[in-house]
Amino acid sequence: MQIDLSNKVALVTGASRGIGRAIALELAASGARVVVNYRSQQQQADEVVAAIEQAGGTATAVHADVAQPADIERLIKTTQETYGGLDILINNAGITRDNLLLRMKDDEWDAVIATNLRSVYQLTKAVLRPMMKARWGRIITITSVVGLTGNAGQANYAAAKAGLIGFTKSVAREMASRGITANAVAPGYVETAITDVLSDEIKATALANIPVGRLGQPDDISKAVVFLASDAAAYITGQTLAIDGGMTMY
Amino acid sequence: MTLPRLPLEDQVAIVTGASRGIGRAIALALSEAGARVVVNYQHNINGAAEVAGLISGRGGAALTHGADVCVPDEVQQMVDAAMNRWGRIDILVNNAGVTRDAPFARMQEQQWHDVIEIDLTSAFVCVQAVLPVLEQRRYGRIVNVSSLAGLAGNVGQVNYAAAKAGLIALTKNLARELAPRGITVNAVAPGYIETDMIEQVPDRQLQWALNAIPLGRFGSPEEVGSAVRFLTLPEASYITGHTLVVDGGWVMP
Repeated sequence: MQIDLSNKVALVTGASRGIGRAIALELAASGARVVVNYRSQQQQADEVVAAIEQAGGTATAVHADVAQPADIERLIKTTQETYGGLDILINNAGITRDNLLLRMKDDEWDAVIATNLRSVYQLTKAVLRPMMKARWGRIITITSVVGLTGNAGQANYAAAKAGLIGFTKSVAREMASRGITANAVAPGYVETAITDVLSDEIKATALANIPVGRLGQPDDISKAVVFLASDAAAYITGQTLAIDGGMTMY
Repeated sequence: MTLPRLPLEDQVAIVTGASRGIGRAIALALSEAGARVVVNYQHNINGAAEVAGLISGRGGAALTHGADVCVPDEVQQMVDAAMNRWGRIDILVNNAGVTRDAPFARMQEQQWHDVIEIDLTSAFVCVQAVLPVLEQRRYGRIVNVSSLAGLAGNVGQVNYAAAKAGLIALTKNLARELAPRGITVNAVAPGYIETDMIEQVPDRQLQWALNAIPLGRFGSPEEVGSAVRFLTLPEASYITGHTLVVDGGWVMP
């Protein structure tokens, strides 16, 4: 019953904090060796690695800005050189640049598409060969319920996150015969640095629309991700698992 | 040395239609996670006894209980039996179901009625009976076994597809109503799974399905059992009203 990911190597992008951090910790707790990718929060990434090592796991922090193609290449190469493979890719890194469409600047659109969508294309493409060779792979992409419902002020973010869902389904179809599954997880309102900046009023409105009556926590997401990464989820592919306390029920 | 605590230790689960196929696999999966399981059956007492035997053989606890899940009195007796034995219920898996396939133009009213009763109304009956118990402790996990047919339709299964789609709507509605009481309600929608049920499907149709499934194989009951088990874990508390499709990438709704 215990999920066993020993002998697996996992790469989690944007793992220095929030949802990515929780996923890295949970994968490591299940036995995977984990690459903790970060862009700017080196100290926090090191703390994640330290927490994993203290619990008896194996992890290493690797810097890369996933919006930079050269960084991605290096990130994948470093992962393979460090641990000799790459079995589980968690596409988690993401940013927001919220603005009403009328006022949205081109660089706000471009930055969100580059970091949240284009990076996933490039990362996923880069991991296919090692996964095909192993005839086993798990690609799990963190999208958002906003990608299903849209959200005022987040045309860029919603477009990127919806794009990830179509991307996931296509990868699932292309890779199924190779033992590789691709799924997405769509968190609702999870308490992280991304949502900390929102006003209390916005948070109260969100809460009123969440049937379970609480905001999500990073651990709510990480447990589902580890389930999807396990052998028990081998027949699930192309799916988007909403973890939103009943907020959308898509 | 103390063994690690299992995630469903001390919990009690009722699985309807658990004498074979997917229900059997769900009962075994929940038991593996530490739950004590009511193995419900309608006719197949031998199958149910075998499931219970497997569970107790591994050191788990099981109780077989024959009940027609469409009949409120019988379901109430099942709930009472679980309460008398173990004093609590935490998990209800509405799995019992039948097929009565026919092209729509030739479908008999009885075929429609049977499937709606057994596949959809049964869930209403079972939740109504279990709910007062779940509410007492303000905790519960309800999982309804729907079907891909309920999302995508399937030729010759207008009754089954309607019932299974109904289960998804029931899931969402109950999720909303029961969330404030600590009870999550989710559905699992299996695609083609290797059970007795698909043995009734013509070979030609099975071959067609196999070609359409990206993973290139049918699912196993165990794979559905694992998905159901995940949704029953305490740690799945932020997932409610969701339909988890387990279909090898067939439809990707």
